[in-house]
Amino acid sequence: MKPARFDYLRVASVDEAAAALAEHGDAARILAGGQSLMPMLNMRLGGAALLIDVSRCSGLDYVRTEAGAWRIGAATTQAALEWHPQLRAQQPLLNEALPHIAHFPIRNRGTVCGSIAHADPSAELPLALLALGGTAVLRSARRQRTLSAESFFTGMLSTARAADELIEEVRFPSAEPGTGYAFDEFALRHGDFAACAIAALARRDGSLRIAVGGVADRPLARDYPPGLDAGALDDALNELARSLDARDDPQVSALQRRHLVRRLGKRCIERATSAARP
Amino acid sequence: MKLEADRLHPVHVVLDGVPRRAHAAPRTLLSDFLREAFGATGVHVGCEHGVCGACTVRIDGVAQRSCLALAVQADGQRIDTVHGLAAADGTLSDLQAAFKRHRALQCGFCTAGILMSCADWLGRVREPDEREVRTMLSGHLCRCTGYTPIVQAVLDVARERARRSA
Repeated sequence: MKPARFDYLRVASVDEAAAALAEHGDAARILAGGQSLMPMLNMRLGGAALLIDVSRCSGLDYVRTEAGAWRIGAATTQAALEWHPQLRAQQPLLNEALPHIAHFPIRNRGTVCGSIAHADPSAELPLALLALGGTAVLRSARRQRTLSAESFFTGMLSTARAADELIEEVRFPSAEPGTGYAFDEFALRHGDFAACAIAALARRDGSLRIAVGGVADRPLARDYPPGLDAGALDDALNELARSLDARDDPQVSALQRRHLVRRLGKRCIERATSAARP
Repeated sequence: MKLEADRLHPVHVVLDGVPRRAHAAPRTLLSDFLREAFGATGVHVGCEHGVCGACTVRIDGVAQRSCLALAVQADGQRIDTVHGLAAADGTLSDLQAAFKRHRALQCGFCTAGILMSCADWLGRVREPDEREVRTMLSGHLCRCTGYTPIVQAVLDVARERARRSA
């Protein structure tokens, strides 16, 4: 449980981080909170010749609520977002999702952008980014580009990030007036990887959006038009559950995962719908 | 400046209020560094991948896993461990006294980390309920107590602090 050897570079700005990535590419890893990367290094599930530490870049440690979005910098911890005084009122989905992430001391160090970059299929923040239609801002020495969550997440722990890029910022759209939000998940213990996690949006026109994590190899979302009755909603959730290619693991079967998509999905849609205001 | 893997690099910390300096390789975990360089054996090493919570310390006041941090990352930071909780004359802090009163520990292996999380958390949550305390404690594994006396001790401290500040 000790990491193998690596060089270490603490950078003071995103430009410095991008320059180091341009030089070292695949051999380097960005270290922010390290709450996913450090366990992998400790267990030697992954390695790196160089860690580029962005955790003390003060210019990347911010939560900005402007232009209809919550903009979160690469050095911002999950706790900084969780304890933000306006979060509950302005972004109820994130407010509900954040306490499900691991535990208090982990959120105190783990970063928002780091969780997005790690792209664990059962993680809460990638699911929330996808459900809300958020974006990731990628930065390299060559360029800056902004990708939608849909195009950023490409598979199990896989993203569209190039070897010389880092996530500089993620943007979660602010809550839409009148839209109801709900988040819930099932894990064997609080803080464990979710066997199934659901984010639901119910808009004032009656349309629905539901996103599922923990089942497929990445978070996936579906949109439904207004006017689904209870039977049609059950059919839609059943079709969704069957479309996700659920797998067995030693603790939760594919059958249970499909069941969770239907039951947690229904519950979240009901909760989001009752929170929506016409 | 890049710190090379095979060399030792100076690391300054303020450990339980005392400025300390030692050398560490980049791959040295903060938990091992605190124990081996400074003899801070109140930092307990359990799972070494962030699950058990035994190694939790406060870094610049914030409760974090020292097994998921590197010693070189902590350069210039304040580290508080269980050794710094009691007063210099040995008088227990209110939190420690409540753990003793409620018999909230048996073997004590998890206790050091739990105390450091509680010390940070109770500074932010003034009047917690039992469910909130149990959720916060989910980041710490205790195999002796069944958690109930720990929950009682934490609630007791919160109530007592609220009463004193009222």
